[in-house]
Amino acid sequence: MKLASARPLLLIVAAAVLALAAGTAAAQTLKVAVYGGYFQDSFDAHIFPRFTEETGIAVESIAAPTGAAWLVQLETAGRAGQAPADVSMISQTSLLRGMTSDLWVALDESRLPNLQYVRPALVGRDAEGDLVGVGAVSWYVTLVTNTDVYPEAPTSWAEMWGDHRNSLGLLALPENSFLLEITAATFFGGTDILDTEEGILQVVDKLAELQPNVQLWYRDEGQFQQALQSGEIPMGQYYHDVTGIAAAEGFPVLSTFPAEGGVLDSGSWAVTRASSMVDEAHVFIDWFSQPEIQDLVARMIGTAPTVERAFLSLSDEEFAAVSDESTPIVPRYDMYLERGDWLNQVWAERVTR
Amino acid sequence: MSAPTARPAISASPDAGSGDGPWPHVLLAWPTVALTLLFLVPLGIIAALGFFRRIQAGFFEVAFVTDNYARALDAFHLERLAVSVVLALAATLVTLLLAVPFTYLLTRRPRARQVPYLVLVLASLSLSEVIVAFAWSLLLSRTSGISNLLVALGLMDRAASWSPGLAAVLLAYVFIALPLAVLSLYPTFSRLDQELPEAAGTMGATPLAGFVTVVLPLMRRAVAATGALVFIFVLGAYVIPQTLGRPAQWTMPVHITDQAIMKNHLPLAASLAIVLLVVSSLVAVVIVALGAGRWPRFALPGRAR
Repeated sequence: MKLASARPLLLIVAAAVLALAAGTAAAQTLKVAVYGGYFQDSFDAHIFPRFTEETGIAVESIAAPTGAAWLVQLETAGRAGQAPADVSMISQTSLLRGMTSDLWVALDESRLPNLQYVRPALVGRDAEGDLVGVGAVSWYVTLVTNTDVYPEAPTSWAEMWGDHRNSLGLLALPENSFLLEITAATFFGGTDILDTEEGILQVVDKLAELQPNVQLWYRDEGQFQQALQSGEIPMGQYYHDVTGIAAAEGFPVLSTFPAEGGVLDSGSWAVTRASSMVDEAHVFIDWFSQPEIQDLVARMIGTAPTVERAFLSLSDEEFAAVSDESTPIVPRYDMYLERGDWLNQVWAERVTR
Repeated sequence: MSAPTARPAISASPDAGSGDGPWPHVLLAWPTVALTLLFLVPLGIIAALGFFRRIQAGFFEVAFVTDNYARALDAFHLERLAVSVVLALAATLVTLLLAVPFTYLLTRRPRARQVPYLVLVLASLSLSEVIVAFAWSLLLSRTSGISNLLVALGLMDRAASWSPGLAAVLLAYVFIALPLAVLSLYPTFSRLDQELPEAAGTMGATPLAGFVTVVLPLMRRAVAATGALVFIFVLGAYVIPQTLGRPAQWTMPVHITDQAIMKNHLPLAASLAIVLLVVSSLVAVVIVALGAGRWPRFALPGRAR
């Protein structure tokens, strides 16, 4: 009886020892979080093995959900001194939020010589001027159409306000659709009008005119992509990279950079304070910022490079497949942090209603 | 019925248990511990989180402010709450209207004949809400949905898009709730004394009249409990209203998820969740109380209470 009741305890102790051992082994591996699904698969196939080969540092990829959701997990774990990942690819708004709550490690620029190639807009500094985020990949949100339904490509975002009742698929939330920036760039000569609440309300009213044309306000990319490919919802906003992949697979879809520009959004690398692998994280971020690695990422994953084009070896055709030389619409990340709660309320009451 | 034999069996089990040492007690204590640690403690944390101060450009800090609960009870969110409750009640009603006659007729059949139906019901219960929502969004689409079949059969002129919209949300709600309702009703209905509806028949009642005046009053507790179960189950769904609904059908769970996942506003998400929990509990209690109330006239003497 005694032995029998002691057995579970022994098992627990043994399991704990094993877990600890596994934990120490894992500490030798740099945990890098990228968006789960296509991104993670592509990084596992093309990027991480080459990094390990060139630097000897093993990488474990962690599937992260959308930026905001991953930030919650990092923040919660960070408060408990845990790091679910050492380096995370994180959205710009989440990078800024993390700065406010002091979540990120200040990076040592002397150990990042390749930082010189990164576009200045993607060198993220906190209020003290410390470097905390370095551009990882960029992507464009563009105007997409089903070519069976619309054989001719639209030329302007204004096309969405045309006679297309129940035909649009748009992202459901202000901070991931950037529809306010799109509307401002299309009808108000740029995003400066979003500096004030009065200006934002004017843009919201213009955007609300779209309502009868919207068939689907989507949160899940897959739902819209399926509907776009089948022609169920023949127009909308979507990601340039995955639309290109779908077109290459033979689906009748087209991604257009409108005259006003596509929306240029980016993910940045940031390191949580709870990480014990800060040295290796520096090596990874610097390695990833090399122009030749950015070439590799553009060719293999189809995202837009985060370094200036002058440093890249991409051909015109390769560059056009992932990016565009026209001036992009740059999201007003500051607006979501300064007026996010008010904006969300206005959005829910007037835009998606 | 079998009460005399059941009693000794029940009183015998603690004796048998004490002979096995402390393990039965440990095993029995487990649900209590689990409920406390895994349900009540997190619930308390969520309720407290609702009082923390939101930092717009960051996260939140520990404080005691009532802003979040005030926001959760503003006109916009109260309207969303009303929409959520009405949608869930409508889905519950439709589910019961389908599940009660179905289960009654099923339990009237010989055991062997019931098995395939029960297997089907159990199988559809294994589908997750996500799969159900996406499957229905395809089935209700214009390009590849059911309407094409109706066009081929000459019943419609041209294919139509039935999703997203109110009908799509209700349909999917009923689809996920129906197997749950059948399984919840099944044990009580199969214990129903077959002679009761037969007696009603010999006294001149049509099968429908016997079902309504004899069977339903006897089953009312089970029906009400099932209604409460379905109501709470459906009210918590968020993939279905998000995927198959237009903004007008976005229920509280959709908005809670947006606040928690997309906007990092955990205090508001927490206070919305508590408000939803309180309201859904109240509605569920009312549904159960309706079932426990005396059923006018039809209650059989000696059986009512």
